[in-house]
Formats: sequence, structure tokens, C-alpha cells
Amino acid sequence: MSKFSKKKDGDVPAVSTASLPDIVFMLLFFFMTVTVMKDTSVKVKNELPKASETKKLEKKDRVITIYVGSPTEEYQKVFGKEAKIQLNDKFSSPSEVGPYILQERAKKSEDIQNVLTTSLKVDRDANMGIVSDIKEELRKVNALKINYTTYEGIAFDNLK
Amino acid sequence: MPRRGAPPEVNAGSMADIAFLLLIFFLVTTTIETDAGLDRMLPPIDDSEVVPPVIKEKNIFAVTINKSGQLLVEEELTDITKLKDKAIAFLDNGGAANGTPEFCSFCKGKRDVKSSDNPTKAIISLKNDRETKYGVYITVQNEIVAAYNELRNREAQRLYKRDFTDMEEEYSNPETSDETKEVLKKKIKNIQTLFPQKFSEAETSDGN
Repeated sequence: MSKFSKKKDGDVPAVSTASLPDIVFMLLFFFMTVTVMKDTSVKVKNELPKASETKKLEKKDRVITIYVGSPTEEYQKVFGKEAKIQLNDKFSSPSEVGPYILQERAKKSEDIQNVLTTSLKVDRDANMGIVSDIKEELRKVNALKINYTTYEGIAFDNLK
Repeated sequence: MPRRGAPPEVNAGSMADIAFLLLIFFLVTTTIETDAGLDRMLPPIDDSEVVPPVIKEKNIFAVTINKSGQLLVEEELTDITKLKDKAIAFLDNGGAANGTPEFCSFCKGKRDVKSSDNPTKAIISLKNDRETKYGVYITVQNEIVAAYNELRNREAQRLYKRDFTDMEEEYSNPETSDETKEVLKKKIKNIQTLFPQKFSEAETSDGN
């Protein structure tokens, strides 16, 4: 017993924090690599509907995004509450969708120009009228591959 | 002799604080985006003068959504939860008689002569109002895709002992090797010809 009680009891040795910076750096690098800086701020209410039969949108560079929804509170005074289309950073009318798609398509490299997907991020409370208008415009510029972007979940929740 | 050479050590005690600060910044700005959704192809604009082929009424499964989100399926008011089962029954019907070229050998449906002849002939037609809520529309889309997936999974299980959706996922995975992709592509194509997604959307009706 005497062998073990040599140390002064009640004196817990301090935990070495020397490796703390290493751990924090590891976390830091993880988050730095997975971070995607948002290039556009969404100015519309964008609560996506849920669906269960989804497919992942691989390859971000092949996706053009269109947001639809009613403007958020700070923009409601100017633009009203009716659902609007947001292209890049501004509100647009359906007729501007076609030129926007063509312009975005021209920015991409030539070999992927034919395999672009248009991701429609539409608020679940928006009306189908505006979505139909967009679809019509997309057909006109031959951007036929679309993806109704949704959250993963039970589709019947959308009805509530 | 005064000490020379070795410079005084830099105090690294605050390194952790700095790293924490950066860490918190990236934590806050990170949005691990999960972009997934329902893939659809829009029909190309057809301005040719070709008269579309005549489609038998029984090969069309008409779904109409009104502005309050109610569903009319085959002229019958239907609850949205029953849509998937109805669509499966329609697609898998296989009504053409045994011996005719349209006979469907793998269908497990009722073989009702009044419903679709063959999955390759069966067309689902979706019509919605301009005031239909997008959420309802997505639910309907989802149910129809679910119906197709269920039938495709069944056939894939029968032929290749694995799910169709599973094969598709592996195919779109960038880590899959090219040889496996070739094999998968063939299998996927095969299943798709058994149950092609023939899905027509009419232009929306105005109001009322």
C-alpha cells in the first residue's frame, strides 16, 4: 500500500492540453474543406416540399438553380406577397427565364453544355401557374432536364 | 557568457484560441447542402406537322388535380394516398390477350380488358390547375414515380436479384468503375424498356 500512497493525495495531475490545437485544427480543416460558400442569397421564402423517391443531384457544376417563392418580409413591401421567380440575385418575370438559362449555359464548358440540369427550388405554397410558366420557358430554350428539388421525407406531409 | 543563438521561444498558447475562432467561423458558414429531388424530362416543343398516333382511351390513366388539391383519377374522386396503388394496378394490368403481340408476360395485374394493354403502352396523363399548390403537385409526382419504382424494383429483383433504385444509385455514384457501369447500364436499360415512364403533362388549365 505504501508504494501507491507516496504521492500527495488530493492533488490531481493537470490534463495536458498540448494536443488541443491539433484537434481543433483537424476540425477546422474538415469544415474548411466541406464548406460551400453560398454564392446567392435567397430572397424568397423557400420551404421545399418533401418527397421520398428522390435522386441526388451529383456534380454541382452541371446544375442551374431557379428559386421560386413569395418574397421574404423585407422585400414584401416592394414586391408584394405573390410568389416570384429569383434568378441569381434579382426578382424576374417568367419571360426572363429563357435568356437566363442561355446565359448560364454559355458560361459552362462546352462538353457539359448538353447535360445541364435545371434545379427548381420552389416553395411548397407557390402556385403551379408560375411553375408551368417556367416549364414552358425551359422548353423553349431546350433545357429539358429538370429536377424538382425537394427535402427527403414523407410526401404526404406536403398536404398539411 | 551571455546566451546567444537560440532565440526565445514563441508562445504558442494562443494558437488554440485562434484556431477555435476560425473553426467557429467555418462552422457557422457551412451549409452541407443536400440537393436531391425528382428528376423529370420536359417534352421538347413539337412543331412538326406529324399527326400524333391515336392512343386508345383504355391506355391512358388520367389524373387531374384541382385548385383545392383534390384528385380526380379516371373520373373518380380519389384520395391521394390511394393514387400509388391505382397507378400500379393500371400499369401492371397487362390487358392484351395471350398470343397477341402486345401480350405482357411478366405482368401480375388483373388482366382487365378495360384497362391498359401493356406497360409499354400505358400512359399516365397529369393535368393540374394554375392555382394548384406546388406541394400537392410534388406529392402526386412522387406517388407516380413511386409506382414506377415499385414495379421496376419487382422486375429487377426477378431478373437480377437486386432493386432497380439500388442499381441506379450505384450507377450515378462517381466512385463506381467504368466496367461495372457498363453492366449496370445494360440492366437499367432493360428494366426501363419493361416499364417505360410514359408520363404526359398537359398545359395547365386557366382558373375554374
